[in-house]
Amino acid sequence: MTSTALRSRAWKLLEMVTTPLLPSDYLDLVSPLRAGADLRGRIEAVHPETGDAATIVIRPGRGWRGHTAGQYVRIGVDVDGVRLWRAYSLTSPTNRQDGRVTITVKALPDGKVSNHLVRRAKPGTLIQLDQPTGDFVLPQAKPAKVLYLTAGSGITPVMGMLRDTEFDDVVMVHCAPQPQDVIFRNELHDLVADKKLRLTEVHTATDGMLDIARLDELVPDWAERETWACGPAGLLDAAEEHWTEHGVQERLHTERFRPSIVVAGDGGEVTFSATGKTVDADGATPLLDVGEEAGVLMPSGCRMGICFGCITPLKAGAVRDLRTGEITEAEPGVLIQTCVSAAAGPCDIER
Amino acid sequence: MTAIDPTAHLTAEQIEELGRELDAIRDEVIADRGEKDAAYIRKVISAQRKLELVSRGVLLFSFFPPAWLIGTAGLSVAKIMDNMEIGHNILHGQWDWMRDPKIHSTTWEWDHVSPSEQWKHSHNELHHTYTNVIGKDNDLGYGIMRVDEDQRWHPFHLGQPLWNFINACFFEYGIAAYDLELGKNLHKRRRKNPEFRARAKAVGRKIRKQVLKDYVIHPLLSGPSFLTTLAATFTANLVRNIWTHSVIMCGHFPEGVQVFERRSIKGETRGQWYLRQMMGSANISGSKAMHFMTGNLSHQIEHHLFPDLPSNRYAEVAVKVRALFEKYELEYVTGPLPKQVFSAWHKVFRLSLPNKKPKVKTPDREQELVAA
Ligand code: FES
Repeated sequence: MTSTALRSRAWKLLEMVTTPLLPSDYLDLVSPLRAGADLRGRIEAVHPETGDAATIVIRPGRGWRGHTAGQYVRIGVDVDGVRLWRAYSLTSPTNRQDGRVTITVKALPDGKVSNHLVRRAKPGTLIQLDQPTGDFVLPQAKPAKVLYLTAGSGITPVMGMLRDTEFDDVVMVHCAPQPQDVIFRNELHDLVADKKLRLTEVHTATDGMLDIARLDELVPDWAERETWACGPAGLLDAAEEHWTEHGVQERLHTERFRPSIVVAGDGGEVTFSATGKTVDADGATPLLDVGEEAGVLMPSGCRMGICFGCITPLKAGAVRDLRTGEITEAEPGVLIQTCVSAAAGPCDIER
Repeated sequence: MTAIDPTAHLTAEQIEELGRELDAIRDEVIADRGEKDAAYIRKVISAQRKLELVSRGVLLFSFFPPAWLIGTAGLSVAKIMDNMEIGHNILHGQWDWMRDPKIHSTTWEWDHVSPSEQWKHSHNELHHTYTNVIGKDNDLGYGIMRVDEDQRWHPFHLGQPLWNFINACFFEYGIAAYDLELGKNLHKRRRKNPEFRARAKAVGRKIRKQVLKDYVIHPLLSGPSFLTTLAATFTANLVRNIWTHSVIMCGHFPEGVQVFERRSIKGETRGQWYLRQMMGSANISGSKAMHFMTGNLSHQIEHHLFPDLPSNRYAEVAVKVRALFEKYELEYVTGPLPKQVFSAWHKVFRLSLPNKKPKVKTPDREQELVAA
């Protein structure tokens, strides 16, 4: 017998020993970061960067496959006992000796996860991880000249690139409201002092928003540069237009953070994505009834919110709990009780 | 319904007001649910796993009597924790709000021969929706006992103390059979129903796995302690079964608990539904440890009012619920475990014999039951 076959036999036997649980349920007690476990990470330190941003140092589990500079990772964090998933750019270089990675998070005004990470996260906490992904990355062949165009926390993936790969000629234009809001400011200034970077800071609180036409003056040879841009949609839209106008759009690489903006309203269009049906629903009819009316096969039980026999994934949009008025927004892994939930705006139910 | 309706003094408005007050209690807990609760269930799960590991480890040396005693006691407690505070409550969806796929009603499987999927249907859906409604809630006597004067007596019921005792010893099998609705489904025609066969297969698979684990694999692993480990796991299962059976009997069987007619729940309002849960359930009083070991089903009344609130909150909810019972002059049936167990068993014995016709006439129920 081959050793893999042997190992799988041994594992089967172990499963018989631990049924109905899995051997990994017990192994997780002692070694949650081991190879073969669900991918997790442990927060090892939290370093403040600015008043509302911090870098989180994470030791990923053994299954971590490593990242390419510029990529992001989805992490699952328990906030007030509820697991929430968000994506953050990796800011550590890919060759970090100690095997840890970092993300840098800016607390958004109503951001549950970002505020938790910046202000409350404690070293030692376990978080859930996905493998890193994203194609906002540097090319294999080194370009001669590079421009990084960033704003706010859009600097984070670019910082991962800056720390990872040195180029002969790098210019950065970065926008932030005030000097103290510039994340990684000291490190950027050190790079400037070492002549590894030319930096223009645009302080939007005093200078106003960056007018893309000003690039001609700030970086006269911008059109010759391979450019990576990351920031709010307004900036990226303007950049894309500008690059296209000058016929150099293939030199521009952009990354958009897409915070899914859910408008919670009263009723809305309900899509049953598995069946491919779409119907209008008011804000008072349970989605279970809406689905049944539309001829969608809906699981159900008590029809009054107590048996959990009707729970169904909410893929997009928002619903309102008819008993408490509480709004639930779609996120990966969110299940709703259709018998006591009504549409709060357009939503997508996996049925 | 028993001869005298203990809720007769309440007006319809009062019942709806009561419903609103209960909703407010529920909302308060939900608004406050958070990190501490999540930490609680994680701690309990991790403690259960460690206890089971250690107990099974000790049982590897079970030929040594003190090891047998410690291992068996530990395993019994671990199995009770798995079924009660952890399994029962997770399968109710009490912890779904954490969005942790590992502690979720859709993924959890327990140390029990009834697959959680089937149990959720018969328990969460049928029993919790139709609590104590004769002919709709099969938990009333589990189809083998007569638990109310109104139910028709049959000579079969003479043996019910014995059936109940056997059921207690092999309770998990009783539940599995009950979830399968074996009594009804063993008729020739129904036996062939593909849906029933699929469910029966699932139960068969689960039983095989559980039996193999407890009575073959672990004894074999113990080598020279084979027989003593076998005896230990058998004992642990027996202890767990008798314990859970007792706790569950105390939930709806003690004297003073009401049962309802089918007709009475037609068009039931939210307030009336709440009221039925209040009158149809009974609590067990006792220490924190007692509540924990019953999976907080000692707070059966609160659990039936709010089956999806996290179990660690029932104790604080109970104070407010009890105040409502007093305010509306209703009887809050509760008592220490021995008293409640005695009361339930007493009823089982008493109703094994025929009784006089109930004072209140319920002319068409008999027909309705036949029609069902
Ligand atoms: S059908 Fe029972 S909770 Fe929705």
